[in-house]
Amino acid sequence: MTAHAHDRTHRPTREEDDAAPLSVRRRSFLGYVVGGATLVAAADLGLGDSALAAVPTAPQPAEAYDLNDMLTDSCRPTANLITVTVHDDGTASFALPRMEVGQGITTSTAMLIAEELELPVSKVHVTLAPARPELEFNQLTGGSNTTISTYTPVRVAAAIAKGALLDAAAIQLGDSVENLRARNGVVQAPDGSSVTYAGLATKAASPVTRTVNVQLKDTSEFRVIGVGQNRVDARDAVMGRKEYTTDLQVKGALPTMVCRAPTLNGTPKRLRNRAEILKMPGVRDVARIDTGVAVRADTFGQCIDAIRAMKVDWDDGPVAGLGDADIVADLRAAEVALPTLPDNPLAKTIDTEVLFYFRSNSAMDTNSAIADVRKDHATIWSGLKSPITAQQRIAEALGMTPDQVTVNVVTAGGSFGRRLFFDGALEAAKISQAMGKPVKLMWHRADDARVGRGHPMSTSRIRVTHANGEVLAFQQSHTSVETDFRHGLGEIISAMAADLPGGYGNLGYAETIFSLTQEVPYDFGVVAQTLTETDDRFNTGSMRNIYSPDVRCAGELVVDQLAAAMGQDPYEFRKRFLRNDRVLAVLDKVAQVGGWGRTMPKGTAQGIAIHKEYKGASACLVEIDCRPRTVDRDIPDGVGGPRVTRVTYAIDAGLVVNPRGLEAQMQGGINDGIALALTSSLHLRDGHFLEASWDNYFYTRQWNTPPEVQVILMPSDSGQPGGAGEAGVAATFSAVACAYARATGTVPTYFPINHRDPLQFKPKPVVPPIPQSPVNGLKLTY
Amino acid sequence: MPRQTFILNGKNITVDVHDDVRVLWVLRDLLGVTGPKYGCGINVCKACTSHINGKAFNPCSVRVGDLARDDEVTTIEGLPDTVGKELHPMQQAWLDRDVPQCGYCQPGQIMAAVALVRKVRREGRSVTEGDLDGIRNICRCGTYTRIREAIKQGERNM
Repeated sequence: MTAHAHDRTHRPTREEDDAAPLSVRRRSFLGYVVGGATLVAAADLGLGDSALAAVPTAPQPAEAYDLNDMLTDSCRPTANLITVTVHDDGTASFALPRMEVGQGITTSTAMLIAEELELPVSKVHVTLAPARPELEFNQLTGGSNTTISTYTPVRVAAAIAKGALLDAAAIQLGDSVENLRARNGVVQAPDGSSVTYAGLATKAASPVTRTVNVQLKDTSEFRVIGVGQNRVDARDAVMGRKEYTTDLQVKGALPTMVCRAPTLNGTPKRLRNRAEILKMPGVRDVARIDTGVAVRADTFGQCIDAIRAMKVDWDDGPVAGLGDADIVADLRAAEVALPTLPDNPLAKTIDTEVLFYFRSNSAMDTNSAIADVRKDHATIWSGLKSPITAQQRIAEALGMTPDQVTVNVVTAGGSFGRRLFFDGALEAAKISQAMGKPVKLMWHRADDARVGRGHPMSTSRIRVTHANGEVLAFQQSHTSVETDFRHGLGEIISAMAADLPGGYGNLGYAETIFSLTQEVPYDFGVVAQTLTETDDRFNTGSMRNIYSPDVRCAGELVVDQLAAAMGQDPYEFRKRFLRNDRVLAVLDKVAQVGGWGRTMPKGTAQGIAIHKEYKGASACLVEIDCRPRTVDRDIPDGVGGPRVTRVTYAIDAGLVVNPRGLEAQMQGGINDGIALALTSSLHLRDGHFLEASWDNYFYTRQWNTPPEVQVILMPSDSGQPGGAGEAGVAATFSAVACAYARATGTVPTYFPINHRDPLQFKPKPVVPPIPQSPVNGLKLTY
Repeated sequence: MPRQTFILNGKNITVDVHDDVRVLWVLRDLLGVTGPKYGCGINVCKACTSHINGKAFNPCSVRVGDLARDDEVTTIEGLPDTVGKELHPMQQAWLDRDVPQCGYCQPGQIMAAVALVRKVRREGRSVTEGDLDGIRNICRCGTYTRIREAIKQGERNM
């Protein structure tokens, strides 16, 4: 929604959008010692440096004020506390008002507390807080914003706890606080006497709540932050003890599944053989709800049997009879004309349009929830990234008030954006109310893939003009099936909209997110990026990195075309036109480490791309093998296709809390980017998506993953952490696309590149909606 | 209701359930053994990978009635006992490489990796890149790079 003329004589000075190093602006923070029997230290979750203080010098809104700033600012007005408790066994605990889905925030939060509290990470226990409605907007896990928004308040609470422990130790050891040293959960005096936190926890408690002023450590004093730490939940995970929603044992919550319509979002009219179903082995209850017919049984296997036996009359869903081509035609019809550019007889124009098909963010752990709905109270357990909104919506559906609904947040087996919504929790609540019994709802994989939310289909059109070795204009118009943000992010936006700087507050939700995440970090003259959204009939949502993978992929393909048109090397061209030093540094790093420009055999090629988001910068260099012997590999029930053989990835994520976790997130994002480019999409055919299994929806598998992956974490003097969870996707997708184009000599016009190939799987039926489990497992042992 | 008897993680176990219920549901829903995860129910994702008589199998695709009284089923919970230690070397490798992200698929990944090493040893060889490429267990977090590193380490220490 913006167009800005760049003054080519003025390049913004380096790192203008960075916070100054912490050491030069160290200041004190206010917090509390909360009155009670043991030591409880608290800080306002809204603490932090206001992003609004930054001087908006850059041309696109996302450069001056981005989505992370908005999410962080939305946390500020909430005058509510987070607390670090020190127990009399010497451990500390903290209930994080965020959701762990695999991104490692329980580990990085334990590290923040360990740092300021001077306690080993292993003695800090981080759990997930249930829905806390008083936190308003401050319990949303999204936008890779957890560490950005909690970095300061969590440390303040921990520092206050340490201060109270030192005060208590001073009395006990008969020395002054300045002479004492806290380390590893022990306070030591110069004379060698010491006392442990265990011995101080109750003594440090305060009978009344008091306000405390505290200073945080300087970054130069960090011993935990910035040092690689293995995940705090890894041991439970590898021993099979880490609990997800369906592993929880809640009394009476028997396995429950739903029979769904043969068309997307179809609705049930009638179950014709209810009596027969109720007589099946193990089946206890059957209930019709708005999304289908639910069955509750002794085992999930018996739920599957019952669903397959159900005879249900359905009303068609809103896209009945339609296929991919219909939606593509709708999108093209919704595209707005690209602006006409000033007439310049010397200018050459490159026009590109790229189509991106529907994709799924189905996680390993399918939509699931436990619900126990009684007459005047309901309790929910589920993996939820927006538990407050979930609580409100579930209360509405049950005819209760929010305070009658307890929402417990459970660690989830992946999210990728999926758990911003609460489809399983809402459905489980309705079923439990209809049956009058507790239920453990689990979506079948087939439903999770077909009916679960995904990334909307979109087109990205780009028009660039160039003359005399300069780029005069870069116009990108992105048109998409609607991305659903009605999970609470939307409420933040509506609440924050009026306060957004630069007049961007009057945009719709999607346009706001788009404007706050997208930028073109090149000096490309007149730059404009716009979003048009249409069609709300699909189940969509934010998928890891939201708009950026598609927008950046189209953009970087065009950058390669520009370089070619000017007879320049793709790396050198980027280097010349980039106008941000952090992006330049990561670009140079991958080119150097990854050996850009080395001689490659015919049919193979390198590709290079950059991305700037989440207060960081990333660059990716890939090598791809598109030779027939690789593409045509015989993979049973899978897609071989081109193989990305090597990835070199550099990320500058500002201040890094846990390098080991950041590296892991990049490795995962790389596999997501590869899937988006080469193999994974949903096919809409006859009103429903075809993919119903992991052998239909081709997410990256071992035979697709690069044998060689190197992630480089850039050193940074920034005092501000960036986002990690989504930062690996866009640059990888773009680099793979560019490499594919260079290896094959053909610039793809749609993604993933295999979408229009003959289907490599036999679609499963839609009636019955879920497949039966096989019985031949003993013949397949190895 | 038929009585089903088999050996689970070294102990004889008897459970009353119909023959055609798949072993995965017997383990998870009736016995509360939740290490093997549900990811598809059709022997595709391999999240439930466990061992039967020392070999990898997927309990989502075996009827409990097809188990014999002396069949030994080992889930991730019983893996350490097979080496008499707190952790199997493959689990230790997973920890050393900090493999898990969400962790959901990892019990199945570890059980598959152990079976793979045993299989190539029976064939008198060690794990190749081709073997790693052939692992079907899916990880939607994309932890494949560290899984590959961990398998090589685990193999050395098995």
